[in-house]
Amino acid sequence: MGSNMAECHPVGFQWVLEAKLKGATVIHVDPRFTRTSANASFHVPIRPGTDIAFLGAIVNHVLQNGLDFREYVVAYTNAAALVSQDFRDTEDLDGLFSGWDPDQHAYVTRSWRLSDERDETLQDPRCVYQVLKRHFSRYTPEMVERVCGVPPDRFLRVAEALCQSSSRERTSAIVYSVGWTQHTVGVQNVRTAAILQLLLGNVGRPGGGILALRGHASIQGSTDIPTLYNLLPGYLPMPAAGHHLDTVAGDRPRGYWGHRKAFTVSLLRAWFGEAATQENDFCYDLLPRITGDHSTYPTILGMLDGEVRGFFVLGENPAVGSANSSLHRMAMAKLDWLVVRDLVEIETASFWKDAPEIARGELRTTEIPTEVFLLPAAAHTEKDGSFTNTQRLLQWHHAAVAPAGDRRSELWFFYHLGRLIRSKLAASTDPRDQLLRSLTWDYPTDGPSAEPSAEAVLAEINGRDAEGRPLSSFTQLREDGTTACGCWIYCGSYAGAINQTARRRPGAEQTWVAPEWGWAWPANRRLLYNRASADPAGQPWSERKRYVWWDESAGRWAGEDVPDFRLDMAPGYRPPPEAVAELALRGDEPFVMQPDGRGWLFAPSGLRDGPLPAHYEPEESPVENPLYEVTASPTAQRYDRPANRRNQVGPGFPYVLTTYRLTEHHTAGGMSRFLPFLSELQPEMFCEVSPELAVERGLVNGGWAVITSARSTIEARVLVTDRVRPVRLGSRLVHQVGLPYHWGGRGLSRGDSANDLLSIVLDPNVHIQECKAATCDIRPGRRGR
Amino acid sequence: MLGGTGDERMRRAVGPLTRLADWPLLRQVRDGDARGLGLSARSMRSAQLVARTAEADQVVRSICPYCAVGCGQLVYVKGGRVVQIEGDPDSPISRGRLCPKGAASEQLVNNPLRERRVKYRRRYGTEWEDLTLDLAMDMIADRVIQTRRETWQDRDAEGRSLNRTLGIASLGGATLDNEENYLIKKLFTALGIVQVENQARI
Repeated sequence: MGSNMAECHPVGFQWVLEAKLKGATVIHVDPRFTRTSANASFHVPIRPGTDIAFLGAIVNHVLQNGLDFREYVVAYTNAAALVSQDFRDTEDLDGLFSGWDPDQHAYVTRSWRLSDERDETLQDPRCVYQVLKRHFSRYTPEMVERVCGVPPDRFLRVAEALCQSSSRERTSAIVYSVGWTQHTVGVQNVRTAAILQLLLGNVGRPGGGILALRGHASIQGSTDIPTLYNLLPGYLPMPAAGHHLDTVAGDRPRGYWGHRKAFTVSLLRAWFGEAATQENDFCYDLLPRITGDHSTYPTILGMLDGEVRGFFVLGENPAVGSANSSLHRMAMAKLDWLVVRDLVEIETASFWKDAPEIARGELRTTEIPTEVFLLPAAAHTEKDGSFTNTQRLLQWHHAAVAPAGDRRSELWFFYHLGRLIRSKLAASTDPRDQLLRSLTWDYPTDGPSAEPSAEAVLAEINGRDAEGRPLSSFTQLREDGTTACGCWIYCGSYAGAINQTARRRPGAEQTWVAPEWGWAWPANRRLLYNRASADPAGQPWSERKRYVWWDESAGRWAGEDVPDFRLDMAPGYRPPPEAVAELALRGDEPFVMQPDGRGWLFAPSGLRDGPLPAHYEPEESPVENPLYEVTASPTAQRYDRPANRRNQVGPGFPYVLTTYRLTEHHTAGGMSRFLPFLSELQPEMFCEVSPELAVERGLVNGGWAVITSARSTIEARVLVTDRVRPVRLGSRLVHQVGLPYHWGGRGLSRGDSANDLLSIVLDPNVHIQECKAATCDIRPGRRGR
Repeated sequence: MLGGTGDERMRRAVGPLTRLADWPLLRQVRDGDARGLGLSARSMRSAQLVARTAEADQVVRSICPYCAVGCGQLVYVKGGRVVQIEGDPDSPISRGRLCPKGAASEQLVNNPLRERRVKYRRRYGTEWEDLTLDLAMDMIADRVIQTRRETWQDRDAEGRSLNRTLGIASLGGATLDNEENYLIKKLFTALGIVQVENQARI
C-alpha cells in the first residue's frame, strides 16, 4: 500500500515476484492500476488519503473475530497495559482525543499515559486491547466503502488473506513508500500498519515487518547521520533551548536508550576531541539550540520573509521537487547568496533567469539580488563512500575515475570550506567561534585536488577507544569521555580497521541472510527486533519461521542473524530493581529500544496527533469525514498566506489530485531529465485521467489539459486510461487526476512541475508535506503564456 | 538488413568469387538459415566486435546512485574513462539486475550536459560568469562568515542560550554519501547553523 514497487523499486520487486511464484499472495491497494497491480494476485483501488480507514477496518476485523496472535500480543505488545483513567477517545469526543487545547491547536498528552497495572486476560475495559477494540469498532467494511470507495467483498478478501497468512507458521509483510508518508496523517498511516502487524505477530519475524521503500540511494543514511534539523547522528536529539547534557542524557530510561549519555558523549568527543571534557560537559552547552520547527518548509517561509539570507542546496532541486515550488523559487529570489552543488544546471540554479515566474512577469532577473554559485559535483563513480540503502545496509562504492575540471565531491567541498573558514577565524577570540575552533578537522587528503579520505571519515564515524583503536561495537561506548564515536548505530562498520561496508562476498556463496555483503546497522543485524521470532521461552514460534533462538546448552542466543538482544540474557531473566538500560528489561521483552520492551499498539508518548490513528480527510478533499465531526487532521501544520492559499471546498476544485513517480525518471529530474535514454523513454509531462473524466471535461487522449489549484496552473499532455478510476462514494462519483512530478523547465525532457499545484500543509510529527492527496480542476487546452 | 555484411574492408580484401560465396542469401541457403538470424547474419566486422566490458582495463565495484534498493554496479573503466556500467551479479540484493535508470547511469556520469566548471551569477546579473574554484570557495567562506555574524543569536527572549544563526540554511543529503552527510552536519553544527535538512523530510 502507498507504494508502486514494480515501477519505483523495480529490482527490489524481483523478490516479491519470486515469493508469488512460491505461493505468496500479493495484494496491491493503491489508487492507480500500475505494473505493481498487474503483477499482484489482486489490486484494490482506493481513494487517496483513506489508508487509515482501510487498515483500521482490518484491525477491527482482527479484533472482532479474535484473529490476533494472542500469545505474541500478550507477551510482546502493550495490549495488557491499562490506559490512564483520564483518557478519552475520538469515539467519546467526536474526532478529538482528550487533552485538546483549541487555542494552541495542539494536544496536552498527559491523559494518554499508561498506568503500571496490567490485565493479561485483556478483559479490563481500560486495557489497551479493549481501548483499541472500541476505537476501531466503527471502522467496518461498510465504512470502508463510504470512505475509501472499496466494496465490502473486496475489502474482506484483503483482510482474510492477510489474517490467513499470519500465524506461527506464516508471516506477512506490508510494504509502503511515500504514498503513505506524504500526508498530513503520514505518521499515523504507518502507525496503523504497526498496530496491525503487532496484532498479527508479524514484527521481528522473517517474512514479516513493515518495509519502507525509500527513494534515494542514501536517504536512509541521511536520516541516520542526519542532515536534519532535529537530530544528531544516531537519532540523538538536537539540543533544544534550555537543554543541557543532563536534561537529555541524565536519566537512564529502561532499554538501550539508557545508554544515551554514552552515545552523546562519544559523539562530542569525535567532534571536539580534547576540547570536550568532563568539566565542560563535553562542549554540549556550546552546541546551537533549536526552538521549534526548523524543517525545510518553515525555513523556506523564513527565506520568503527575508530571515534566511544564505542557502546551500546539495543534490536537491526544490524549485521542482518541493510542494508549492513556485513559493520556493520566489523565496530564493530574496536570498543574498545561494550555493547549488549538482551534476547539471538544475532549475534551482537557474531560477533567476528562467523560472516560470520570470515568464509570467512576477520576477525580473535584474531585480533579483541573489548571488548564485553553481559548483559542479562529482558523480558516484568519481568518489569513495558509503550509501545506506532502504534496509539499513551500508554499501561502499569505490572511485573508478577522478572527477574532471572543477567537479568535486561534497566531502571535498565541506572539508575545504571548513578548513578555509577555520583558517580565516583562526585568530578569533570571539566565544561564538569557540566551537568551530574546537572542531576536530584533520582528515588525510590525496591526489592533486586534495580529496579527503572517505575511509578516514568512516573510521571516525565508527569510533575509537582511548588508544585510538577502532571500536567494534556500540556496547563499548562510555560516558566518561574515553571513547569517541561519530554515530553510535554505525559503530562496528569499521571494526578491526577493516571497511566492513566494502565486503562483497557473493550472495551465492552465503546463507540467505547474506551477512557478509556490506554491513547493516546496528551490529550488522539484518532483521530488527528479531528476538520476537522466538516465543517468550526463547524457542522458534515454528520450525518454518525459525530465525533466532535461545541455545540453552551454550547459554546464549543463536540463529541465522545477529540476535537483537543481549547475547547472554536468558529468556527467564528478571531484572533486579537497581538494573538500568537493557538490563532493566526482562529476558522475554524483545523491543529493546522501548522503555517497556514491548511493541506499542497504543502510543502513550512521542506523537502529536493522537495515541491511536484516526481517519481524517486530507486537508483538501471533495468530501466530508463520515467518521467524525472533525474533517481534516486537527493538528496538521497550516500556513495561511497569499502564496499558499487553500483550495476551497466546492465546484471550483472538484477532483482529487495525486502525484507519483515513473520508472524512467528520478524525483525532481536532476539525475534523469538530462539523460538521452531516459528522456526518450518518458519524453514529456502528462496527466492520467479516466475515460469517464475525459468525457465529463472533454479531454482528448494525446491532447493538452490545464490543471489548476489555488496556487498555480500547469499544463500537461492527456493520457486517458483505465489505470485511473473514479471512486464511488455512496451516490457520488469522485474523479482523480494522476500527475508524475519529475518535470521542470530544463533538461532534454521538459514540462511543467506538478509540485507547483500543491500547498504547504504538513504532518505535525515529522513536518512532511501532503502531496499524495489534494484537489484540483482540469480543463482541455493550454495555459496562458 | 538481411545478412547485413556491408563491410568495406572485407570487400577490398577478397576476390569476386569469395565475395559471391559470402553473399548472405547464398549463405542462408547453404547454411539452412532460412530466417537469416543465424550465422549468415554475421559479418567479419560483427565477428570482430568486442564488448566494452571485455576491453576495459579495470572493473570497479559500485552501488547504483538512484533509489534506495542499493543494486550492485560494476563500473568498467578504460583509459581513465567510464565506458560501461553493468549490474553486479554477486549482489545478494540485485543479482546482476538494474532498472532503466541504473542501466542508463553511464549516461549520468559521461553526460555532455554535466557542468565542468564553476558558474557564477552576480547580484542582479543577467548571465553566468566564470570563476575559478579557488576563488568561489574563498567567496563562499566569506559569505558564510559574514551572514553568520550578522544573524547570530546568542540568547532567546527568556535568556536561554541559542548559539546559532537562522540566517543560513541547507537542503540536501539523500543522494550523498554517509561520510559527506557526516561532514556537513558536523561543520554546520559547529558554525551554529541549525536549518540543515534533506529529502528525507520531503
